[in-house]
Amino acid sequence: MATGSGRCSVEPPVFGSQTGQDPIKALYPMVNEEETPLPRCWSSKDKYSFIGLSQNNLRVHYKGHGKNHKDAASVRATHPIPAACGLYYYEVKIVSKGRDGYMGIGLSSQGVNMNRLPGWDKNSFGYHGDDGHSFCSSGSGHPYGPTFTTGDVIGCGINLIDNVCFYTKNGHYLGVAFTDLPPQLYPTVGLQTPGEVVDANFGQAPFVFDIGEMMRELQCRVRTTIQNFPVPDTHGQWQTMLHRMVSTYLVHHGYCATAEAFARSTSQDFDEELTSIKNRQKIQKLVLGGRMGEAIETVQQLYPGLLENNHNLLFMLKVRQFIEMVNGTDTEVRGISRSPPRPPPSTSPPCWSNGRTPDPLPGTSCSAGSSTNTTSTTPVIQQHTSVIQSTKSVIGGSSSSGGGLSSTATTTTTTTSTTTTTTTTTEELNQRNSAQDHCPGSPATTTSATNGATPVIHPPPPTSNTSSSSSSSSSSSNLQDSDTEMECVETNNSSNSSHLHTSSTPPTTTTNITPQASNSTTTSSSRTVTVQDSTSVHSEAAHSNGFSNGFSRHIDMQDDCDEAMEVESSSAGGRKMCGGNPAAIERMLAFGREVQHMSQVLRRDLGKNDHNKKILQDAFSLLAYNDPWNSPVGWQLDPLQREPVCQSLNSAILESHQLPRRPPLEICVAHTRQLINLMSRSGLGSCAFASVDSVLGTPQ
Amino acid sequence: MDVEHSRAYIDQLYSNDSQKCFQAVSELKFAVIGSVREKGSIIEQGVVVRLLQILRAPDLDVLLKTEVATVLNSLAKGLPEHASALVQAGILPVLWEQLDACTGGGGGGSSSSGGVYTQMLLCCLRSIYRHGCAPPPPAWDHKLLSTLIHHGYHPPSNQECVANILAHACKVPTTCEQQQQLVEAGGADLVACMLCSPVTRVQLPALHCLTAMCYNNERVSNVMATKSYGGKAVPDLLAGLMARDRPREMQLAAATALTFLHRAGALSADDPKIIYKTLQCLVRFCRRDREVWERVEAGNTLAYLTERSIHLQRTAAMTDHLILTMNDYLKDTTPSTPPPTPTPATHPISVSPISCRQYDNPSTWPELMLEAALKVYASLGANDEDIRQRVIKTDGLMNTIVASLSAASPPVQLAAVRCLHSLSRSVQTLRTTFQDHMVWRPLMTVLKTSTNEELVAVSSSTLCNLLLEFSPSKEHILDQGAVEFLCGLTRRPHPGLRLNAVWALMNMAFQAEHRVKMSILHHLGTDQIFRLLSDTDVHILMKTLGLLRNLLSTKAHIDQIMQNHGKEIMQAIILILEGEHCAEVKEQALCILANIADGDVAKAAIMSNEDVLKKLMNYMVIPNVKLQIAATFCISNLIWNVEEGAAERQNKLREMGVYKLLQNLMTTTDTGLFDKVKTALQQFH
Repeated sequence: MATGSGRCSVEPPVFGSQTGQDPIKALYPMVNEEETPLPRCWSSKDKYSFIGLSQNNLRVHYKGHGKNHKDAASVRATHPIPAACGLYYYEVKIVSKGRDGYMGIGLSSQGVNMNRLPGWDKNSFGYHGDDGHSFCSSGSGHPYGPTFTTGDVIGCGINLIDNVCFYTKNGHYLGVAFTDLPPQLYPTVGLQTPGEVVDANFGQAPFVFDIGEMMRELQCRVRTTIQNFPVPDTHGQWQTMLHRMVSTYLVHHGYCATAEAFARSTSQDFDEELTSIKNRQKIQKLVLGGRMGEAIETVQQLYPGLLENNHNLLFMLKVRQFIEMVNGTDTEVRGISRSPPRPPPSTSPPCWSNGRTPDPLPGTSCSAGSSTNTTSTTPVIQQHTSVIQSTKSVIGGSSSSGGGLSSTATTTTTTTSTTTTTTTTTEELNQRNSAQDHCPGSPATTTSATNGATPVIHPPPPTSNTSSSSSSSSSSSNLQDSDTEMECVETNNSSNSSHLHTSSTPPTTTTNITPQASNSTTTSSSRTVTVQDSTSVHSEAAHSNGFSNGFSRHIDMQDDCDEAMEVESSSAGGRKMCGGNPAAIERMLAFGREVQHMSQVLRRDLGKNDHNKKILQDAFSLLAYNDPWNSPVGWQLDPLQREPVCQSLNSAILESHQLPRRPPLEICVAHTRQLINLMSRSGLGSCAFASVDSVLGTPQ
Repeated sequence: MDVEHSRAYIDQLYSNDSQKCFQAVSELKFAVIGSVREKGSIIEQGVVVRLLQILRAPDLDVLLKTEVATVLNSLAKGLPEHASALVQAGILPVLWEQLDACTGGGGGGSSSSGGVYTQMLLCCLRSIYRHGCAPPPPAWDHKLLSTLIHHGYHPPSNQECVANILAHACKVPTTCEQQQQLVEAGGADLVACMLCSPVTRVQLPALHCLTAMCYNNERVSNVMATKSYGGKAVPDLLAGLMARDRPREMQLAAATALTFLHRAGALSADDPKIIYKTLQCLVRFCRRDREVWERVEAGNTLAYLTERSIHLQRTAAMTDHLILTMNDYLKDTTPSTPPPTPTPATHPISVSPISCRQYDNPSTWPELMLEAALKVYASLGANDEDIRQRVIKTDGLMNTIVASLSAASPPVQLAAVRCLHSLSRSVQTLRTTFQDHMVWRPLMTVLKTSTNEELVAVSSSTLCNLLLEFSPSKEHILDQGAVEFLCGLTRRPHPGLRLNAVWALMNMAFQAEHRVKMSILHHLGTDQIFRLLSDTDVHILMKTLGLLRNLLSTKAHIDQIMQNHGKEIMQAIILILEGEHCAEVKEQALCILANIADGDVAKAAIMSNEDVLKKLMNYMVIPNVKLQIAATFCISNLIWNVEEGAAERQNKLREMGVYKLLQNLMTTTDTGLFDKVKTALQQFH
């Protein structure tokens, strides 16, 4: 006989062995186990007393006296088969046929009498080993397949699209046994004579039958059905609608050149102005590039009042900025970490480092960096420095007293508002410049930067200097200075985690800090150790990675800085917090306090917000690890996490212009996803193979 | 011929000015593209001859030739009649010659235009071959095939053409040598490569080609099965193409290819690719929801797959209610609203060239279905009695078989007889169902009227079973003049027929009445018996001896027959005993002697022949237990106590030293022989 093992060794089923963790889950990817758990073993409750279970409730044996059919006993699986399986399958190996081999394998609804073999009662279906008959809710069977006995593997499959049940024997398909099955059936086995023992395989081990191929066939079928679904297309309305969806999607995400081209070729128009689209595109690129500081400033500049009216959004952006600082990708921090290999000041610095970066020489001020922008930038910068200084002083005060925090917040907001007003003109000017420089059709023109050598570099929005230029002062500070800064952060941290237990006594709060702090078992002296540790690591990095990496990346950035603004995660290996620059770390810490403060203000003004609390907590938790990327909270540093932020911001901007928050295409996709979920809940098996992602062609 | 047909460009075609000629061919091209009517009229006007002339002209430009080949390709894509007209006009040799020339001197300056020309030539050949009306390449030689195969690797358009040409050129009538030649020219590697092509239109003809190459050819199949491409062996590639999410034609073609590999011995029946994948795939294609041509193809292939292996038969019988599914085939005798008849343009592409055009006419479908189903039943019931019983219980099957035997076309008749043959291996069926349906009548009619040797072979084989002694049909068959017919059959040149005839006679003679035996002897004649005994086929020899043995049983019959034919029979036996034969044959001959020794009068025939007696004694001592037993048994019959004259015979044999011989044999370790020896010794006083 062809046994299962022999076959499986030759061709292991594709399904089941794909993912190492949970083969059962891998078989039914569309099942939401929170709503509809998969059957994984036999139920120790839902069984007749003559049934015994062992081996993690996967083995069933008979323990009655088995005199006649009144001694039959069944057991159901723990859960009914979810419709979202599409095609469900389990196998039963007959370990021993016992005295008479009256085994029944099949399906039954909840509540069906367990003192019976599957198939004898209503809503119960079974295939019996002694005669090979199938029993469909009836005491008398129909000839169905071969008999089965010790050593055979019987598979029971249910096609939840057609609602039919089939069996297999030792990997051979026996054909459909039952049709028009009711929903919510449980895998069921029944035994009737002593010595009968069967083992179940719910997918935890490879199946003897190649169910994967059958699934692929169904998938193929469902896809064909979807593709061939007739749409009423009178007068080309359907096509127009599709065009509209594509066009709105392009506009929404700011693919202006594509949108223009598409609109031209499909002869439509779109609702938004081209410049507006380009602006949004610019902002999105900044966010996706991890340059939150710049993004926030640009938003404030281009859409005054937007963030001011939406504090939660601003907070989210700030938190993200903080994360990007940790990541070393935020402009301020990046500028600092890259400063050493920068070209001499004579060549105009690339825009990303514009102004935010303190020059390696402590004496030169940031104005040197922003000198490219000859016209109106300088005063703005000046203003920034003042802002920073004010913040700085406030922060300095905050380390001693918690009461000063609120005042800082107010100053920040006021100063930013002033800056925006002053800089809008600059931005307009810039835009005019860029419009002249570039032909209108070319994509991504606004921010496209030329080589570092060419003087015509589109200057970054000057407002971006606001928060960043503060580093000019902090970066030059020495180690001792950074030590005190660190303490400050820790107090911030602790106050955050202990929820307004703002303590002003630094040494005792060590316990509140997560792993890094718990590493240091001793008191305050240990804290200096940690800081020194980090700096020493940093200096090492500055020699090897910091230099070479930083340099090469620098060159890259000059080449395609804004044009393709690659979503940059810090290169693997030798990743250091804030790019490993102590000044940047300080800046980050200072910013952290700022954000912390903002959160408190928000809390006071708008009430408790669990979401805000959580994102802040998660973000601050990054500081607790030497290598945040490989920490439990490291997922935040994934560039992918920029996308939701980016989307929220984009939606907010569009909403403020009375445009839809989300493009119809995305709404359509979301609707479809919801519909598939609804299908799953309504017991429509096709949902298992109607994955939106597979239609869109995106993996998972 | 109207004005339209005598357009100016036709005249220009014959111009010697190649420029004008090119112009004319171009115009012609646009005229024939997409117009069946135009193609027809152009061919009618005999333009093809001129076009071929241009192709052959050695000094003409490749561009012009390419244009001409394009026109010819367009013409070939028309109706099958058009293609065959082209073939009749002698297009094939020209194309092959050109293709050859292209490859030979193609390295010249115009390599790109030469490439296009080659491509066009291949397209043209493909278009012609695809109609299924063309003979294989005129010179099926290594050079030609190598050229063709050389073109089959690149680009995909050429691959498609070459795959199609090969697939059609080597459809079934291909001989073993041709298959072998194709492999030697690199066909196996090419096919393996093509299977991995991403283009369905290449893969599918490649599958058909592989199938044709492997059909019934052990050597080629073994080569094929060991080929691999991209690290995957051909059988695995085939299994991949058979996956359920592949296009349906592809699944079926791959299953057929694997079936052929199995039947040619390259893959065992236990291979998972055969017993799981191929079998399930074919059974799946028999289902109701498939198209008729798929069901027929799948049925025929399934019958072929399961013909020999009982393991496959058992598996198939339990897979997806196959026996019931086949019953649908029998019932679907009315062409139930032929589905939107596939356009001839697309259909032949999907169907294997072997069965090309077979499905074009929906009115033949019921017959094709019937034939396929009967073949499947024949295969399923070949070895397993349980399956046979399930098959026989199939609703209306026996009526269908009987009706098909007498009325249907030869292929269906053959399938019906095959089915009957399989079922006749069941004793129970012989005694019940066959009796009820009086199957011997149509069977005898087929035997007596058919000229188809295969049909007669299977029918006579079935008859053998029907003539078994427990079969109630035996008498009826005798009444139908079977003896005379079978004796006639023993004189046929086909060894299979002779074997079946003798076998049937042997069965007939077993425990038969005297008149039947006399009738057999009468119709067969002793000279024919001698002829059969000197047949080169050892099976025929064995069955003839069996026939003699059956004839010479029961005392009365032995004596009577020996009285009339004793001399010849003894001669025949001596002939066998002295001849160079295997032990089984000699054992059979000794058994006949033993039977003769059982007769009252007949004993004399042996006792009077000292030569035979010495031979017997000789066989008693040779180191082959079976022969020893047979010889001893014969002796024991000769000296049987109670019979008249026993003492004399005993004395004679004792004188010859038989008694002593027997005593010596008492030391044997073989219990069978010991018993016989003991019995014999007990007979001696």
